[in-house]
Amino acid sequence: MYEGLRAYGLITAMWIRSTMAYRASFVMTTLGNFAATGLDFVAIMLMFSRIDSLGGYRLPEVAFLYGLSATAFGFADLVLGSMDRLGRRVRDGTLDTLLVRPAPVLAQVAADRFGLRRLGRIVQGVLVLGYAVVSLDLAWTPSKVLMVLLALLSGAAIFCAVFVAGAAFQFVAQDASEVQNSFTYGGQTLLQYPPTVFAKELVRGVTFVLPLAFVNWLPALYVLGRPYPLDLPAWLAFAPPLVAAACCALAMLAWRAGLRSYRSTGS
Amino acid sequence: MGTGRLYAAVAASGFRRYATYRTATAAGVFTNSVFGLILAYTYLAVWNERPHLGGYDQSQALTFVWVSQGLLMTVAVFGGGFEEELIERIRTGDVAVDLYRPVDLQGWWLASDLGRALFHLLGRGVVPLVFGALLFPLALPASPLTWAAFVLAVGLGVVVSFAIRFVVALSAFWLLDGAGVAQLAGLTAVFCSGMLLPLNVFPGTLGEVVRLLPWSALLQAPVDVLLGVADPLPTYGFQIAWAVVLLGVGRLVQSAATRRVVVQGG
Repeated sequence: MYEGLRAYGLITAMWIRSTMAYRASFVMTTLGNFAATGLDFVAIMLMFSRIDSLGGYRLPEVAFLYGLSATAFGFADLVLGSMDRLGRRVRDGTLDTLLVRPAPVLAQVAADRFGLRRLGRIVQGVLVLGYAVVSLDLAWTPSKVLMVLLALLSGAAIFCAVFVAGAAFQFVAQDASEVQNSFTYGGQTLLQYPPTVFAKELVRGVTFVLPLAFVNWLPALYVLGRPYPLDLPAWLAFAPPLVAAACCALAMLAWRAGLRSYRSTGS
Repeated sequence: MGTGRLYAAVAASGFRRYATYRTATAAGVFTNSVFGLILAYTYLAVWNERPHLGGYDQSQALTFVWVSQGLLMTVAVFGGGFEEELIERIRTGDVAVDLYRPVDLQGWWLASDLGRALFHLLGRGVVPLVFGALLFPLALPASPLTWAAFVLAVGLGVVVSFAIRFVVALSAFWLLDGAGVAQLAGLTAVFCSGMLLPLNVFPGTLGEVVRLLPWSALLQAPVDVLLGVADPLPTYGFQIAWAVVLLGVGRLVQSAATRRVVVQGG
């Protein structure tokens, strides 16, 4: 574990130094990243220019959901966003180089081409979250503040697990790296809207099967004092850390299984 | 006739090139369907709140979602592959080889992009639309004529999309690193094509302005032809006008750029 983090830190630092060699390019791509993710929120604002509420939620409440999931996803994307390149490495055989190096493969794959520009996404999420907190006019209690912090940390961990599990799947699927996008970027898009918008089966799916609902829906609805559409006990809003831990454990198992099944291209 | 056959061959190879990656195509279809699902429920909620928003009823709004998920690869809203390659060829100087070929640079890439678009229309377009039609009540036309009119509008949309991306790629002659411009162009296309939200939902003047810009020819125009909201002939006129203007701009930029090319020895 320590060894892995150390390797991750070293490789990441190398990529950051290399990024900083082209500062103008770094600023431009970070701004581009910021703008690209910002478009999602622009879409929501455009919707709210024509409607007053979406699924019974007003703009600040949707912004709160958006801010929580975008920030949590932003952290996971910054830390592990390069993992979707694994399929390419499996296909062209360059994964072999990583196998012979004396550092954990997961750390090497995760830090590969570390993109500091992904900070743009986090900044964008934090800004929307700030706007939501200011305009929501909530009675903040210590438990609600704690809930926001808990949600950001656990949410990031849940998305990290999705990234790792998705990468493990690419050992088998190789060319199918886009499937991972449906669960990472798609999951993020899903979570920025209120659960009342979606069909019950879909909400059940992302609560019990792929527990994305624990990233922001359950914690945010607790903070907003709104009922979760599935009649779940109230204490479940405090479950995200447990769910995150379980997800990470499962993702690690999947990663080990994937890595063990790896056969080099041989070409 | 000789050049016609050549362009047909280039287009066919563009088609085959993308048709090779079957798993990737299946994965892309899956992703389009997931995003379609999320957007469909969101649009349902929006149109529940404001029925007939932007002149669409609920099933037309849903149709917009699924048709646009099917078309976004075909009309290359996010960018279509060839720019990256052309930019790389300009950066490395390989473009010099392209320029002394007895074929026109713009025509060559247009043919190959049309081949790619045809594959994406079949490979990435059909399944998401069928999936959406199975799950939601879509307002799909019964008349084969409307479908034919739609396909023609898609084709013109691809040409406009190509014309824009060709100019974007040629900017690499001056900038060398075209990645920033390509990203900016992609974002503009997402915003102005209707990919982000149907353009008729945009408020006030903003809505009127985006409908006049060339990007509305990519997605909004074909979908409106399919939905029967727009008359095909004026829509074609709009698309052809932009295609002519932008292909012309491409030619001007191309001739300005080729005068700049200095081939390094070796």
